Amino acid sequence: MTTQSATTEAKASNGFNEITILWISEGMSCDGDTVSLTAAGQPSIEDVVLGLIPGLPKVNLVNKVLSPSLGGEDFLAPYRAAARGELEPFILVIEGSIPNQNIIEGDGYWTSFGNDPDTGEPQTLNSWIDQLAPRAWAVVAAGTCATFGGIHAMAGNPTGCMGLADYLGWEFKARSGLPVVNVPGCPIQPENFMETLVWVLQHAAGTAPPPPLDHMLRPQWLFGKTVHEGCDRAAYYEQADFAKDYNSPKCQVKVGCWGPVVNCNVPKRGWMAGVGGCPNVGGICIGCTMPSFPDAFMPFMDEPPGGTLSTMLVKPYGAVIRRLRGLTNDVVNHEPKWRHNKRKLTSGYNPYWRA
Amino acid sequence: MTTTESRAAGRKPAQIVDMSWDPITRIIGNLGIYTKIDFANREVMECHSTSSLFRGYSVFMKGKDPRDAGFITSRICGICGDNHTTCSNYAQQMAYGVKPPKLAEHITNLGEAAEYIFDHTIFQDNLVFVDFCEAMVKATNPGVLARAERTHAPRGDVHGYRTVADIMKAFNPFEGEVYKEALKVSRITREMFCLMEGRHVHPSTMYPGGVGTMPQPNTFTDYLSRLMRVIDFIKKAVAMNDDVFDFFYEALPGYEEVGRRRVLLGCWGAFQNPDVVDYRYATMNEWGRAMYVTPGIIVDGELVTNNLIDINLGLRIMLGSSFYEDWVNEEPFVTHDPLGNPVDMRHPWNQTTVPVPQKRDFEGNYSWVMSPRWYNPQSGEHLALDTGGGPLARLWSTALSGLVDTPYVKAADGTVRITLPKGETLPETTLEWRIPKWSNTLERDRARPYFIAYAAAMALQFLEEAMGMLKSGDTKVYENFEVPDESIGCGFHEAVRGVLSHHLVIRDKKIANYHPYPPTPWNASPRDMYGTPGPYEDAVQGQPIFEENGPDDFKGVDIMRTVRSFDPCLPCGVHMYMGKGKTLTTVHSPTYGANHG
Ligand code: SF4
Ligand code: SF4
Repeated sequence: MTTQSATTEAKASNGFNEITILWISEGMSCDGDTVSLTAAGQPSIEDVVLGLIPGLPKVNLVNKVLSPSLGGEDFLAPYRAAARGELEPFILVIEGSIPNQNIIEGDGYWTSFGNDPDTGEPQTLNSWIDQLAPRAWAVVAAGTCATFGGIHAMAGNPTGCMGLADYLGWEFKARSGLPVVNVPGCPIQPENFMETLVWVLQHAAGTAPPPPLDHMLRPQWLFGKTVHEGCDRAAYYEQADFAKDYNSPKCQVKVGCWGPVVNCNVPKRGWMAGVGGCPNVGGICIGCTMPSFPDAFMPFMDEPPGGTLSTMLVKPYGAVIRRLRGLTNDVVNHEPKWRHNKRKLTSGYNPYWRA
Repeated sequence: MTTTESRAAGRKPAQIVDMSWDPITRIIGNLGIYTKIDFANREVMECHSTSSLFRGYSVFMKGKDPRDAGFITSRICGICGDNHTTCSNYAQQMAYGVKPPKLAEHITNLGEAAEYIFDHTIFQDNLVFVDFCEAMVKATNPGVLARAERTHAPRGDVHGYRTVADIMKAFNPFEGEVYKEALKVSRITREMFCLMEGRHVHPSTMYPGGVGTMPQPNTFTDYLSRLMRVIDFIKKAVAMNDDVFDFFYEALPGYEEVGRRRVLLGCWGAFQNPDVVDYRYATMNEWGRAMYVTPGIIVDGELVTNNLIDINLGLRIMLGSSFYEDWVNEEPFVTHDPLGNPVDMRHPWNQTTVPVPQKRDFEGNYSWVMSPRWYNPQSGEHLALDTGGGPLARLWSTALSGLVDTPYVKAADGTVRITLPKGETLPETTLEWRIPKWSNTLERDRARPYFIAYAAAMALQFLEEAMGMLKSGDTKVYENFEVPDESIGCGFHEAVRGVLSHHLVIRDKKIANYHPYPPTPWNASPRDMYGTPGPYEDAVQGQPIFEENGPDDFKGVDIMRTVRSFDPCLPCGVHMYMGKGKTLTTVHSPTYGANHG
């Protein structure tokens, strides 16, 4: 894995004393990442905003849920100021898939955020991103929708939506020199997101180097291992002792778990405060952190292709299996080809009786 | 319409100002409220509700494996994703003909109970109540705050605050004691949720046919110990809310008209009774009525039906102001239900979604939300039911039916009695919710803490039963099934903020059609093809304005309270866009009030 940010010439920053976070959840999302964020306790968002974490700049968080503002133009004011270049520095957080406006002929929009003050028409999410991303000190994609397109970008979708890096270009660099920072998860695991945010903020304060990211721009320390490597049931896997249905505490690979090839730390870490999770507590891993989510993992409740092979080989285990897994891991670490910003819809959507 | 006769008399020449709130945060993103306010007569003349987000679940689910439906539909909503998963599993279980083991039903109910407690708490205390907190009341009705400072809080022995203003202070955002405590409670209750369903908000352990949650003694004791930690907080919350809402009626005579609509409530029922439910369509009336929250449709205070089959057959999805092409001339997917009753072309089983992005036009199409309605065969009306934000309809329906009779919750004679056990500081307490006089903003809000208590009380029963089963060695939580080649199913459930249904058609073992109807389309719908406004529009339109500020520094708090009382998903943000507050027209319309009652 390459460490993109480390190879980037991050501008030597003397550090900011104060920074604004402009959070937009008007992508195609369920707002589950914002909700997840409020579950984090290590640290909590209040801790960050109230200045209880040493080594961070003062943070002004602009997020619909947590903003004490009255809203409307008053709420939108910092976004408008940033778009005019009058508010610096800021971190842009995007939640939700980015629709493809290019496939719409004529008027209309898939999603918007407030109204354009001049025309009174809905202001599209895309126009906000176009204005804000080039001015942002850092850009963070929160959740699998924003990182890779996620559920709304599955095959047959009518909106042609995609992840933020697909939209901005994978070579995009924010003012800090950082690429888009991707925190996948459907939704984000609360602490995974807060840790990443804290590292980016420390970097902004000049108290830390840029966060190490992998080739899909994910924080390495969070997504460097597989689900399987942290799963409570891995001992059963090793003994080739597999659950035949969901009544069993054994390894779930034959009933749909994709843990062996998915990059995610949830089984190890639990969902919040160490409670819950996925395979460790009886949920199959459906690969929700992955670029190829969801299509490559469906139907979720069936044994993953290659599962039989890899479980047969579990006894003479070792290098072979690692290589096989490596291949699958490569596949699921790629996004489907229909996620792009071109003028054509290629997701396979076909409004059959209208054409 | 909320205008009263007395306001119709002595009207002044109207002074109309365009005011809008956009975005209002809700789960599928982007809700806007656009109004015309008559500042001379202090009332809202017109209201349009619009949503500006389309994602297309019912489109991209076609052709997928039906077993994936719960995993996919969870992602519709980032706050009540589990309610979707559960509802989807209910619909699938009907389609597959599978009945999960009893223990799985208890675990599902416990997950849902934790969800209700979590979501209603964070919404009421951290979001809704900001509209009633000291800082807000000071900015909008300083006279009322002064009075609150002089008003003794009647239930101070329970919650510990001396005056009503002290309660309001405790709800000030970020600083108030209750505000901060509520955030902590929302974390503890989410841990309870994760013990049952693995992850919040998109659960990991929920399957059609049951759950994967490992039933071990600590699964339940971990839940119970957390529940007992929040039980006194719940008792106090009910008392504080009652004190403040009672005070509002008293301090602002006429406040009952704010957000008042005709009583048109729908509840689809929650908490399956594991001894009765078998998920067959033919017996849906029996197991529906055995649910621990009783389904029902209430019109003008009367129970029209609590039969889920009638409820199902009356569903109609209308266009009229939405950005879609009509499907009414296509082949229907389902012509008759499994009992042979005809199914309407506008029923969700027959809907096809074809999005047509277009310009927003308040005279024409202005929203991505469609207009769900319920056809009342008795009156021939297509009713724009609302959910009362969830709890109001749930309690009303349960109280009217009088079917729930459990150790902790009993419904009879228009009341629901809820008993919570002794906690750390407060004794065992029985709360009583009574059917209110109005379906309005304050009653929607008041019902919410009562329903938190309801969910906590039911959780105690589910825990006792689940632990009993576990100790007797009955630990099966999942039942296998085959996906049939062709089948249909429907699921009825309550998302936190109200009615939730999923309708599924399977052909060749694949999804041929799938339509989820969550509460927010019911509440936030635009005008339908008959011109009937949706509930937000109807509740806001015609409501009086009590805020003391004029057009220049108007905050719109009464309107925000109304919209928020319905719990528009991810709530908090009724964000005000003042439209520069310019005066549009000054209309002299002496007859305006005459036909406006
Ligand atoms: S349950 Fe999944 S993650 Fe756990 S050991 Fe089995 S395959 Fe690996
Ligand atoms: S374990 Fe799998 S399903 Fe669970 S959060 Fe990680 S990637 Fe998603």
